Amino acid sequence: MTDTAAPAAAPRAPALAGRVKAAAILFVLFALFPPIVTAAGDPFLVLIGTRILAYAIAAMALDLILGYGAMVSFGHAAYLGFGTYAVAILSSYGVSDILLQMLGAVLISALFALVTGAISLRTKGVYFIMITLAFGQMAFFFFISLSAYGGDDGYGLSQRSTLFGTQVLENDLALFYATLAVLIGLFALCHRIVGSRFGRVLTGIRENPTRMEAIGYSPFRFQLTAFVISGCMTSVAGVLLANQAEFVSPAFMSWHRSGELIVMVVLGGIGTLAGAIGGAVAALVLEEVLGMATDHWRLWFGVFLVLMVLFSPRGITGLVEQIRRRK
Amino acid sequence: MSRLDITHLTKSFGALKVTDDVSLTAEPGEIHAIIGPNGAGKTTLIAQISGQLASDSGRIALDGRDITGTSMPDRVHLGLARSFQITQTLPGFTVLENVALAVQARHGSSFRFWAPVATEAALNDAAMRALTEAGLEHRAEARASALSHGEHRRLELACALATEPSVLLLDEPLAGVGGEDAEAFVAALAAMKGRFTMLLIEHDMDAVFRLATRVSVLVYGRIIATGTPEAVRADAAVRAAYLGEEEEASA
Repeated sequence: MTDTAAPAAAPRAPALAGRVKAAAILFVLFALFPPIVTAAGDPFLVLIGTRILAYAIAAMALDLILGYGAMVSFGHAAYLGFGTYAVAILSSYGVSDILLQMLGAVLISALFALVTGAISLRTKGVYFIMITLAFGQMAFFFFISLSAYGGDDGYGLSQRSTLFGTQVLENDLALFYATLAVLIGLFALCHRIVGSRFGRVLTGIRENPTRMEAIGYSPFRFQLTAFVISGCMTSVAGVLLANQAEFVSPAFMSWHRSGELIVMVVLGGIGTLAGAIGGAVAALVLEEVLGMATDHWRLWFGVFLVLMVLFSPRGITGLVEQIRRRK
Repeated sequence: MSRLDITHLTKSFGALKVTDDVSLTAEPGEIHAIIGPNGAGKTTLIAQISGQLASDSGRIALDGRDITGTSMPDRVHLGLARSFQITQTLPGFTVLENVALAVQARHGSSFRFWAPVATEAALNDAAMRALTEAGLEHRAEARASALSHGEHRRLELACALATEPSVLLLDEPLAGVGGEDAEAFVAALAAMKGRFTMLLIEHDMDAVFRLATRVSVLVYGRIIATGTPEAVRADAAVRAAYLGEEEEASA
């Protein structure tokens, strides 16, 4: 029995283990990034690195529902926005602790995701995309009209969040490693969720909802739960992003930003978690590099994306796995 | 084992009455076959009984409990499972994972987010038992998308068995299965007779007359006869509407 089972199971297990390894390699590279750029005399890059890590968290959170649940949310930037404004609004009321701000961001995001998700999940396909976009835009315009916090112009933060009563996060290096720690922690959580009972049900619904109903699952409650978890995680990225930028504005939650998050996930390879992290790195590094070279960087980024989708539909993950197999 | 009572069930699509005042009972432990020509509304009837399709009127009861308004997942939890005529699998999952997921639905909460499900021995063991009964245990680690047609039919059956049904609705389990495979399949179903109630839709007349305790004949959405296989075979209206051609052909 086990003799026949082992070889057939073989192709699957390494793919999963390989992705954990890929993520681990990425995390080590991230950890080495600050000393390297500092030695190279460009410590400013640490701050850009923090921005990349924050987006990696958001992209990974989106992948949890897009890749594993086939829910293409086109309004996920709203949760980034809730995170950033949680920092601005709570610190203006004297709540400067980053953990409390994260808690606030998560609570408001859970509520928003619960209500908008419950409505959006009544629809499917293109309609789901459109309705999540509409809710995202509603959040966007709400903060545009929030004149107490600068409305359209945004709102500068007088200081970064505190951690256990200390100002340690004012240090760019500390903020970088704090963001990396959050990324690693949430990756571990996502990885466990995907391999859990809940994750198997979520993936099953992606594969065939009719089959799932016929064996006793109501897709809605599982999809909604995943949608809420994803929104909450994304808002944590927003809290870190506000600290990185020391500035919040509705621009964080525009629909372009939602689109960029989807691009990161697709670029990295959907439904792989590690891919979304790699996708966020690739997209933002390309943005920086192409942006330095030319004003028309978006055009070249577009070309790159088209080539990627045409020749490696499974994104960077697919590309890496192909190369490894050829060796 | 449960009793399934269907009374005055109807369903129309526009002007077309697909299910027309259908009443039938599946007694505990019996195999009640429903036969009828193509387009008689057999699959629609199964869809209504399983809860996939809402009925226009009528009543469905499981052991006397009215389940007409409950959803398909809720009916599964009450012990009413079904298999599909057109195979529904999770193509990217292994065969074992497909069945383990069906076991999981009836065993413990699925809102567990941390512990790895792949190593839950209780789920995998129960899934293997269902696979063995359906004769597919040797393919447990294969991807569902890699199965042959006959193997897909067995996976359908294994998934339904894994939900631990008290009433099982089988929608043409033998569709497209031929020769020895069909023989083995019929034997497997015969071995399960008496463990739970079965409502069987099937085109293969040999299988129906071998397995069924009672047979109902559905023509244009209406039941025109119900009885033992022998009685139905002898029924003049049935012969005229349906069996006639086949009997003549074999004569």
